[in-house]
Parts: sequence; C-alpha cells; structure tokens
Amino acid sequence: MKDDIAMNWNTLATALFGADHALRQDGDLLSGTATFDDQPLAVIGTTNHASIGVRLALAQARAVLDAIARHPGRPILLLIDTQGQQLRRRDELLGINRAMAHLGMTIDLARRRGHRVLGLVYDQALSGGFITSGLVADACDALPEAEIRVMRIPAMARVTKLPETLLARLSQSNPVFAPGVDNYVAMGGVRRLWRGDLRAALREALREAPREDRRAQDGAARGGRRLAAAVVQRVLDAA
Amino acid sequence: MNVHLSYAECPARERLQRIVDPGSFHEWLPPAERLTSPHLAALGVPSSFDDGVAIGRATLAGRPVFVAAQEGRFMGGGVGEVHGAKLAGLLRRALRDRPHAVVLLAESGGVRLHEANAGLIAVSEVMRALLDVRAAGVPVVVLIGGANGCFGGMGIVARCADRVVMSDVGRLAMSGPEVIEASHGVDEFDARDRALVWRTTGGKHRWLTGDCDALVEDDVEAFRAAAIASLDASAPVTLETLEAEHALLAARLALLADVSHEDDAVALWSRLGVADAARVGDLDVDELRALRPA
Repeated sequence: MKDDIAMNWNTLATALFGADHALRQDGDLLSGTATFDDQPLAVIGTTNHASIGVRLALAQARAVLDAIARHPGRPILLLIDTQGQQLRRRDELLGINRAMAHLGMTIDLARRRGHRVLGLVYDQALSGGFITSGLVADACDALPEAEIRVMRIPAMARVTKLPETLLARLSQSNPVFAPGVDNYVAMGGVRRLWRGDLRAALREALREAPREDRRAQDGAARGGRRLAAAVVQRVLDAA
Repeated sequence: MNVHLSYAECPARERLQRIVDPGSFHEWLPPAERLTSPHLAALGVPSSFDDGVAIGRATLAGRPVFVAAQEGRFMGGGVGEVHGAKLAGLLRRALRDRPHAVVLLAESGGVRLHEANAGLIAVSEVMRALLDVRAAGVPVVVLIGGANGCFGGMGIVARCADRVVMSDVGRLAMSGPEVIEASHGVDEFDARDRALVWRTTGGKHRWLTGDCDALVEDDVEAFRAAAIASLDASAPVTLETLEAEHALLAARLALLADVSHEDDAVALWSRLGVADAARVGDLDVDELRALRPA
C-alpha cells in the first residue's frame, strides 16, 4: 500500500525547514514554529494516521487559537495525516462533531484575521479528519504519494450493495468516489501536488494560494467536478 | 388551532411549507428543472429531481429568510455533488442578498458514499459558505428532528451555525452507532440499544450539554415557533467566543476522565450540574427544559 512510501513528518520538516527545525511530536500531535525564508511559520498537524477524537481536535484548536492570539498574521501550515474521526462512543457522547466544528472554526477565524492557512496532506487524509483541517484552509495541497479517501472500493461495495467490479470500472473515468489524491486534484479539493523541490512548492503556496473558495471552479476547469460551480451559479441566478 | 403534526414523520417539502409562513416558500431549482445526480445514474441507482434537498426563499413571521430542507427519505439525506452545491449556493446567495436569517432543516447521514469525494469537498464548501454568512451577521439556524438525524459532515455543519434547535427524537452526532459498532464491536456501542443511542446522541442529551440551544417537542408548529424565536440569534464568532467554546469543551472532556463506560451519560449530566440526572430518560420535554444548568 501507499503507506510504504509516504513521507515521514520529520523527513518532510527537515526538507522544508532544515534539520534544526523546532517542530515537536507529542503523541499524535505535531506543533511548533518553523522558520521559512527568514519568516516564522506556525506548524500544526497530526501523525501516525491519527484518529481525530475530541482530545486531538481540541489540541489542534488550542494551537490555532494560540497562533491567532500571540502571533497575529503569522502563516499557519497544517500537516495532515489522519485516518478520520475517532469511532468511539465516548467521543460521540462528548460531542465530537462540536469539537471538530470548533477546530474548523478556529481555522476559519485565523483566515478571516489575515493568517494565511495552508493544508498539506503528507501521508493520508480520510473523511471527518480532513473536513475540519485542510478542507477549510485557504487551500490544501498534497504530496503525490499521499492518500485521500472516504472509503475504499471493497468497503463501498459492501455498504452500497453495488458490484465491486462496476465501481472499479467506473472509478477509472469518474473521480467522485474512488480513493486517490489525483481524484481530489481533479475535483478541486486539492489545489496542487508538490513535486520536486518542496521548498519551492511551499514558497509558491504561501504566495499564490487563493483566499476565496475557488474549489468548485477548479473542479469544473479540471473536469473532475463538472456540476458544483454551475449549480452554485444557477442558485445565484434563479428567479 | 393546529392539529399536532410530527416533524419527524413529515417529508422535507411539507416540513418546509409548514415551518415558513403559509404559501411563502419560493423554490430555486425545483424538481421541475430535473437537476439530478449524474453519478447515481452512472451507478444505476435511482435519482431524485431535487437531489434530496429543497432550497429557496420564504418569509418567517413576515420577515425574509432563505431556507433549505434535506429529504431523509432520499439516500438518507446524504450530501452529493449537486445536493451540496445547492446548499452552498443558497448560502452564497444569502451572503449577497442578506435575508434576515437562513434556516436549514437538516436531516442527513453525512456524505453520500456513492459520490463520497465530491460530497466531502461539498460539505467543506458548505461550512466555509455558512461561516461567511454568519460573519456577515445573518444568523444561520439549524433545525434537527428528522428520523435520520444529523450525522457526519452535516453534524459538523450544524455546530458551525448560530443556533441549533432539536426535538427530543432528533439525533445529532458524527459517526452513527452502527459504524462505531462495526468498527469496535458491540461492547463499544450496541447500536440496537435504543436507550443508549438516545443517551449518546439524542435531543435531550444535546440540550443538557448545551449542544443544542432549544429543545422542542416533535411537532412542526413547535419547530416553527423556535425558528421564529431564532430570527435575531446572530452570534458573531470572535477569538473570545472561540476561547470560551474551547474552555467549555476542554472542561467537559476532563469531567469524564475517571468515568468508566457504564452510565457515562448520566455521570456527565450529573457533573454538569443536572439534578436528578438518573431520571432524564423518563422526563418529558417540558421537564427537561427546566433541568438545564444555567
């Protein structure tokens, strides 16, 4: 599987910020301040294919709130590696959806207050763990060897009771349900893949990532999500 | 005047018609336009001419509002590309036209698996558009009382709104009990234990914890009244409000640190200051309303 070749967070951080980067791992949480092109950058993320429960959602939200309060305007890089939301009853009891909404809202507030917020899927991004991180940043990029999905095709076949062969065949031409980082690029959910010089890619992202949500238009232009932008426009124009 | 009508048992469009002022709902992209999901068609799955959500403008107590209602009877209210774009479009239009409120009758299992990638991105687009509307001072009110509950990405979206109204039969959560049971076994979450499901995700629990702002009976008229009462509920998001939210959620997490699996809902309510927490399951909505700690 892709796990074999995905990049370790420390390798990535070293490539981006040098071996003396100040990022630290605490359990599944990554955080710290990096220096990039002589400018401080807040880095917040997860590793170990983290399962995002209430505790880890709050830990990330805390780091975003601290960046807003202590370092107004400092760019924030979200490093994403998650297996999705934690599937535990206790988390549901405690309101995991509220904790994840809270995390998403801290990121949203950071954007509104002028922080540039970038997501980077460096390993894997699944479902609920992705909605309230990279997908609510200004833009989300990914490494080519990353994996993004909601559900693998065999599991999807079981749940939807559709033949696996049909799903596998259709997934060749339609990116809307099958796993794959390229599918997310085609749909506009991922802005671009970082190939080659990672420092150049981060520099470009900090400079070029749009501040408004252009993903539906990107998906239409790239042919992977042909309807979303047009439907939004039809709603805006409807008599 | 009004005969009791169960909100949970109403189809989405009927719900919508009865929540807003009579005859005031004007639908955008109605079923006559036959805007269906091409992805369902490609899979040979039946589609719907509204892709499972009705959107438009209306008046509520005479004031202009934008409204949306998800139809739980179609794909469990699952969010696909078109469905999600209709919701996002409504919110973008609200940002442009500034109605007095946006009222979302949410009923959804979350992302529609048949077009899961598109649905996942769409939910995040809805989130961003909703928070734009909220930041503009237009309150977004989410009503939850459908038989399918409000789960997955829509459970997150609901908690991004200014105000959440639930009935006691409504459910609000992230992952469904069946998914958790399939993942970690029946000892983790017995999806057939209805009392446990309701203690964990139901309207009474969400009311006692403050996860919903109003608790109503399973009655369309009660939801209408609560929606009207929410018209001026704009609650701007600031660093201060998010710090307060953070403190609340962190304190809640700490409350159960030493509690085992058994009866943790009752322990949580009790530690939140609810008197008679053990009796919550037997109490009706009126009695519950009086129980919430200040």
